[in-house]
Amino acid sequence: MQRRDFLALTALGGGAVFASGLAGCASRADGINQTDFYFVQLSDTHWGYQGPANPDAAITLRKAVATVNALETPPEFIVFTGDLTHTTDDPAERRRRLAEFKSIVADLKVKTVRFMPGEHDASLDRGAAYKEFFGETSYTFDHKGVHFIAIDNVSDPGAKIGDEQLAWLRADLAKLDKQAPIVVLTHRPLFDLAPKWDWATRDGAQAVELLMPFANVTVFYGHIHQEHHQMTGHIAHHSAKSLIFPLPAPGSQPNRTPLPWDASAPYKGLGFREIEAEAAGSALKVVELPVVRA
Amino acid sequence: MMARQASRRRVLKGAFAVAGAALVRAGTAQPAAEPRVIEMTAHRFSYEPNEISLRAGERVVVAIRSLDFVHGMNIPDLGMRLDLVPGRVTRLELQPKAPGTIDFVCDNFCGDGHEEMHGRFVVSA
Repeated sequence: MQRRDFLALTALGGGAVFASGLAGCASRADGINQTDFYFVQLSDTHWGYQGPANPDAAITLRKAVATVNALETPPEFIVFTGDLTHTTDDPAERRRRLAEFKSIVADLKVKTVRFMPGEHDASLDRGAAYKEFFGETSYTFDHKGVHFIAIDNVSDPGAKIGDEQLAWLRADLAKLDKQAPIVVLTHRPLFDLAPKWDWATRDGAQAVELLMPFANVTVFYGHIHQEHHQMTGHIAHHSAKSLIFPLPAPGSQPNRTPLPWDASAPYKGLGFREIEAEAAGSALKVVELPVVRA
Repeated sequence: MMARQASRRRVLKGAFAVAGAALVRAGTAQPAAEPRVIEMTAHRFSYEPNEISLRAGERVVVAIRSLDFVHGMNIPDLGMRLDLVPGRVTRLELQPKAPGTIDFVCDNFCGDGHEEMHGRFVVSA
């Protein structure tokens, strides 16, 4: 079965498929396409959360790990876009939660896993505990012609990227061709999705401005516990579902309280996604999948 | 929907004169009446009070003391935000000109409960 066919099938069973505007992956001259690949994005696992919004919180992450491990075609790598753990004031408890999270996701069969912090992991100690377990909070890597940039907009409790990191981003982008395919990974939205709900990055517009000269940029983020798709100019921004509890659509109710747990449909509104980068002239494809597949 | 929201933001921004220069009456012989001062505290994870009633045209100063953290106070409809530093009194001057509701929210992540830290000004005619 071709990967494309597999995606079509999972789309029928798992969620919506749509194409964003990322193009430009080069193919080899001999026609052998080495640039097709897919990766998995998981987000907002909030390990350590206890509350009515997810009475199953102690096992939801483990179920998601099992579902990823059962994918017919394993992804080439996995990314976690923040809020790995639920916040706590206790530094020892924070480290315990980070350690438990790390132990659980160590069961992923795919061993190339990239992590990012969310504000629940990093804002209260400016990322100190997170770095002990997962290293730097911003970094880049390349995979089969796609340049990935992880931007930290949570270690500052004021949701700022900060001048130093923006300078780092500017220097990194300066090395790239304007047609280079770029994927940005971050936790908060880089644009003002819902500032009244603190769904924004205070200086996110500066990052978007730096990215604007590049023709093929796609941003994947978390934070808002739901699928959401928005364009800023030609740049597509896609938020991911959570693995703990869903939140209401931006501005749909007075407060951003979690949607209630539905005992008749456990894990409703939760899930993760596959993201496929195809060859030249095609787009990134996103497939939403549930925590547990039938 | 987006256009309606944008329009509402413009109306709300127009309905308030905010802080400092907006309150100066250059060349006016009569000194302006002293604004009403409203005391507010901010602590994890609430503002007290978290709903403040104002009258259109009334000048007020919200004097805010943070008790435990550098909380934020973001007022998106007014395009302004404040850092509330413990040990200081942060003054927010407002003069609403028309009825409406203005939300504010803590935008400095302050812990497990940060998401519930918000409030609003309710302006009556």
